[in-house]
This record gives sequence, structure tokens and C-alpha cells, in this order.
Amino acid sequence: MDFLQDLIATLSFILQGLWVTIGVTLLALTVGLVFGVAMAMLRVYGNRFLRQVATVYSVIVRAVPVIVIIFILYFVIARFVNLSPFLAGSLALGFASGAYQTEIFRGAFQAVPPGQMVAARAIGMSRLQAIQSIILPQAVRLALPAWGNEATLVLKDSTLVFVVGVPEIFRRAQQISARTLEPFMAFGAALLLYLILTMIATQILQWIERRYRLQM
Amino acid sequence: MTTEPILRIEDLYKSFGETQVLKGFSLTIQPQEVVVLVGPSGSGKSTLLRCINLLHPPTAGRVWLDAQEITAPGVDQDKVRQRIGMVFQDFNLFTHLTALGNVMIGLTKVRKMHKKEAHDLAMLELERVGLVDRADHYPAQLSGGQKQRVAIARALGMDPHIMLFDEPTSALDPELTGEVLEVMQQLAKEGMTMIVVSHEMGFARQVASRVVFMENGVVVEEGPPNQMFTQPKSERTRAFLRKITDLDDGGERQ
Repeated sequence: MDFLQDLIATLSFILQGLWVTIGVTLLALTVGLVFGVAMAMLRVYGNRFLRQVATVYSVIVRAVPVIVIIFILYFVIARFVNLSPFLAGSLALGFASGAYQTEIFRGAFQAVPPGQMVAARAIGMSRLQAIQSIILPQAVRLALPAWGNEATLVLKDSTLVFVVGVPEIFRRAQQISARTLEPFMAFGAALLLYLILTMIATQILQWIERRYRLQM
Repeated sequence: MTTEPILRIEDLYKSFGETQVLKGFSLTIQPQEVVVLVGPSGSGKSTLLRCINLLHPPTAGRVWLDAQEITAPGVDQDKVRQRIGMVFQDFNLFTHLTALGNVMIGLTKVRKMHKKEAHDLAMLELERVGLVDRADHYPAQLSGGQKQRVAIARALGMDPHIMLFDEPTSALDPELTGEVLEVMQQLAKEGMTMIVVSHEMGFARQVASRVVFMENGVVVEEGPPNQMFTQPKSERTRAFLRKITDLDDGGERQ
């Protein structure tokens, strides 16, 4: 009976971090999506200079541990711009995820057959119009399976923002574990929540994938 | 009677790196003409079509469309391509769009039509190629012949002044070429100006106003199909046409 009460108390404490975790994940994914698509477009369709900018971004960011990026944003950049821990952490995660998403979308852009661009130009579309209306919609569909994988990685990486004090699930599990001295229960509850979140995310992504699958 | 030519190609050159593909190609095409372009592979037929609609910028030479020089600097190339319809050997339908969507997207994005208007016109174009009942199908759900007819409808939607066909039936099973050729024949009857790269000699005999034989990037000989098939001036033309006509007949006998 005591155990059950403790578990419920622990869970309800940690659950308050649920929306923070979801918020960090969604914001990071969105930022990463914008960076990823933009940088991938530069890498595939840009001139030599823009291609190099995008390549440098992708290579360097992927070589640096995410936690270092979080620290840089929170302790260096946040001194000049007013950034809350939540924003600093999410943006850092998004910036990091953007580098991986760049690779995902680069592959997807390159997988669209070249004839699609030729046909789009042949009916009078400009290069930009063709990329927007023909190439991008196909590339996004091709990228979906790999992107879904990246989404679950970002969800799990969102734990890292605890280092700057964002009260998400993991941070709260740590707090309650320090108070109750029941680390097994605290982290077990956190684990359960992550498991459920990941499963829901996977289901949603699979549904989207099925819905928009390209027939080749 | 002289009319203003719809297309004039003058001394066109095209090189890819060291390889010279077009070496001074000249041709003038009158409105409503159907020109069938034949020649051995590598003779520059596809390159020529892609130079005409500026998908490949010519290395030298000039092209006029409707008396406007389209190779002049400062010409809006996207606008030029709108007036030149192109049909490809491998269809190149947009895979993420239905047949209707394929025809509509140029109307909404390039001709800036409203959705309703674009939808109605696209349905009309699909009707022209006999595919109204396939409007909601995706390219993957269509046969090769149907795909090519959708591609023709997509090009027609832009209201082109001239249509270029780059081996439109080469990727099709023999029993599917007929439906595509029929649509093309109908177009010719309606007065569409066409340049057709094809080795369908039956089509050339029946529909072409002129047959042009090209090799090594230049015109070897041109003339009405009758003359080209029965009494060509050049020995090379005779040999080539005999070869593909034999192949054609062989195909039909089977």
C-alpha cells in the first residue's frame, strides 16, 4: 500500500515534466527541420560557396557532443541574448538535430529522379518553383522513415537539457529521487514515461508514413 | 505562299566538355508542320530538342520562336518553355500527384489560374487524351501508354505553340504504342506544330509533313516522307531508313 502511494506520488511529480519534455522535443524538431531542409537544399542546389557553408555546418555540428552545444548556447550566447534555459536547451538541441536532418534530407533530395526537375522546368517552372512544388514534396515523403527515427532520437536527447536546469522528466526524476532516496522508483517511472512517449510518437509517425507513401 | 515560320534554328552548336554533339544544325518549321526527326543514336536528336526549349543552353547559334529570338540574352527562359510543350521518353510524371494533379500543377503554379478554373481545364485536357476516368490515379497505377498520354495532357495544358516529342513510344510495350500515336495523330489533325523524334515509321508516313534525317549533329537530308522513303538523295539516308523500316516491318509481322 505504501509502495503504491509512493509510486503515485513519484509519478505525479515527474508527470509535471511531461509537457516540458514534449515542448523541448517539438521545438527542437521544428528548429532542426528548418535547418535541415534549408541546409540540404543549399548542399544539393546551392552554388559552391553555399554548398560549403552547409557542409561545414553539418560536419562540425555532428562532430561536437550535443551537451557541448547546449553549454555554448546557455553559458556563452545566452549572456548576450536573453534566453531562458528552456529556449537555450531546445534551440541547441534543434541546432544539433538540424545537422543530422541535413543529411537525411540531402539523401532524400538526391533520391528524387532528375527527370522530375527536367519535367518541371519544361512546363515553365523556375528552378525555385520546381524545388518547392515538385522536388520538396517528394523528398519529404522519401525522408519520412529516417526522419521518424531522428524524431525518437531527439525525444531521448531532450533529457540532456536537464544540465541547464530545465524541469523536464529526467530532471524531475532526479529531484524526486534525491528527496525520497528511491532512485529505482524515480528513474523507473521516468523510463516508463519515455517508453510510452516513444511508442506514441512511433505510431503517429508510422501513420503519417503510410498515409503519404510515394508510389514509385 | 510564305508564312512566318513558327520556329527557326540557325547554325546551332552544342558541346558537352570536349564532345561536340550539334555541329551547325539549321531547320525552319512552319506553323502546323509535323516534322519527324530520325537518326542513329548519338546523332544529337534529344540534345537538339533540349536546346530548342533551352533546357540545355546552346553553345552557339540562334533559335527564334514566333519571330522572337529566344537565345538572345535577357530572354525570360521560363516564359519561353511555357510556349514549348515537351514529352519525354520516360514520361517523367510527377510521382506524388494524381493524373489530374500532374496536369493542374502547371496551370496553378505557372499560369497562376484559380483552382476551379485549373481543375476544369485539366479535365478537358485529360478528355483530349481519353483519360478522364483515370483522373484520380497516381502514375504508379497507370500503364505506360496512359502515363504518356497524361504527360501529353500536362504539356497541352500550358497551351504550347509547338510540341516536342522525345521518343515518346520507345519505353512502351508494342501494344501500348498505338494509343499514344493515336493521340499524337489527333493533335496533328487539330493543327498542332510538332517535332517528333521517333523511329515509328508508320507514324512518319501517315502524319509527317517532313522527315528530317540527322547524323553527327547536322541535317543530312530532309523532305516529304514519300520522297524520303522511296527516293532519298543521299546513300546514307537510304541505308538508315531501310534499316529502321525493316525493323519496323519485322515488329509488325510478329
